Amino acid sequence: MGDIINNLISTWQNYSHLFIQGLGITLVLSLISVAAGCVFGFLMMLLRRSRLSIFSFRPLSFIAGVYIEVIRGTPMLLQLYFFYFLLPEIITFVELSKFTCCVVALCVNSVAYTSEIFRSGIQAVDKGQTEAARSLGLSSTQTMIHVVLPQAVKNVLPALCNEFITMIKETSLASTFFIGDLMSVYRTVSGILFLTIEPLIIVGIIYFIVTFFLSKGVMFLEKKLTVS
Amino acid sequence: MEQKKAFDNIKDGDEIIRVEGLEKSFGSLHVLKGIDQVIKKGEVISVIGSSGGGKSTFLRCLNLLETPEKGKIYFEGVDITAKNVDINLHRQKMGMVFQHFNVFPNMTVESNITLAPTLLGKKTKAEARDMAAELLKRVGLYEKKDAYPQQLSGGQKQRLAIVRALAMEPDVMLFDEPTSALDPEMVGEVLVVIKELVKTGMTTVIVTHEMGFAKEISDRVLFMDGGIIVEEGTPEEIFEHPENERTKEFLSKVLY
Repeated sequence: MGDIINNLISTWQNYSHLFIQGLGITLVLSLISVAAGCVFGFLMMLLRRSRLSIFSFRPLSFIAGVYIEVIRGTPMLLQLYFFYFLLPEIITFVELSKFTCCVVALCVNSVAYTSEIFRSGIQAVDKGQTEAARSLGLSSTQTMIHVVLPQAVKNVLPALCNEFITMIKETSLASTFFIGDLMSVYRTVSGILFLTIEPLIIVGIIYFIVTFFLSKGVMFLEKKLTVS
Repeated sequence: MEQKKAFDNIKDGDEIIRVEGLEKSFGSLHVLKGIDQVIKKGEVISVIGSSGGGKSTFLRCLNLLETPEKGKIYFEGVDITAKNVDINLHRQKMGMVFQHFNVFPNMTVESNITLAPTLLGKKTKAEARDMAAELLKRVGLYEKKDAYPQQLSGGQKQRLAIVRALAMEPDVMLFDEPTSALDPEMVGEVLVVIKELVKTGMTTVIVTHEMGFAKEISDRVLFMDGGIIVEEGTPEEIFEHPENERTKEFLSKVLY
């Protein structure tokens, strides 16, 4: 037991810069994928909700639906492998880094989840609001922009923050490809020191502290939003 | 342009809404089974009947919040069920008040009123504010103009919803059970506002369970049951001398 504590302390003292750097990469990865989720997830949600139809078949909505279901129905690790192997096959004119492939996979994953966050956030706005706006003569777009979306933000914002927290944990899967995130750092340090438990505990504590305080922040945000 | 002309020609007593063979189903539930009705400008019509009789659906079809399956609806001479009609334009002329108020909770009382007129280019911001002030004074809510709906009582919310609709200067007002969701002590204040409105000559269709009120303000009462208009007539005819068995049965069960 005393050994472990001593090892913990010395591991942190010698390699803290690596852990911090790994955390940085993890945060950047999560931020990029959630940011992509915000932009493309919103567009995906619009596709999902599009009423464009050919004989009561809605092609755009269907395609978006398939995309969302496939991504949500398969493991993130599988998606990472898929893009890791697929992208270099398709894109041959530039050399893609492992990091890029993982970022793409994480974004593709995040878009599916965030689009559902947007969709449920919009759905949660009382239907009466839309009816009232439409009855005043507002078009569906005007209703969306001026009445529904401002109210949906309240539902969406905390859920997006939670998605960010989830991504912080999920990106650890990308360490399979050794892209420098926090979990990759664990593997590096563990390899140098021939220690398994101690660096794992350190990494675990870092993940926990970050996600714990972020989720406390989200709870605070949620409370603030329900008051206003 | 043509639509505008059609509207300008309409005088009191002329037809403003014509409904022909209106039918509507929700899934396998046949809610409206053929409604024919002509509503004249300046008329005040109450629609009564038990729940599930199709009253609200009928009202909601008038401004196409529900899409009819069969039949035609003419508003100010224009068939608004036709495919190429810009319904948003016609809805500007049909105010609607809902059972659950549906005021916009994220906007101040004043913004609730000014949103549609400014957004749809009917008024400048300043004009809309002036009108909002005037309307709010009319319903005794002027002091609340900077408040948010959350700070209002149910009755106040409904009065706000009414003036929000009036801010578009509609030709017809549709009320869908405007007092059903209110605490009993707040029903009166809303009915007073509707009564005042009716006095100005506003064409009004109101779905209501307030029989006394319907009797007092209406020119004509429609009794709906099972998706059809079973009986219609003056308040006196319907309430004092109903002829249809179902009307009699319904009225014998409600207190007013």
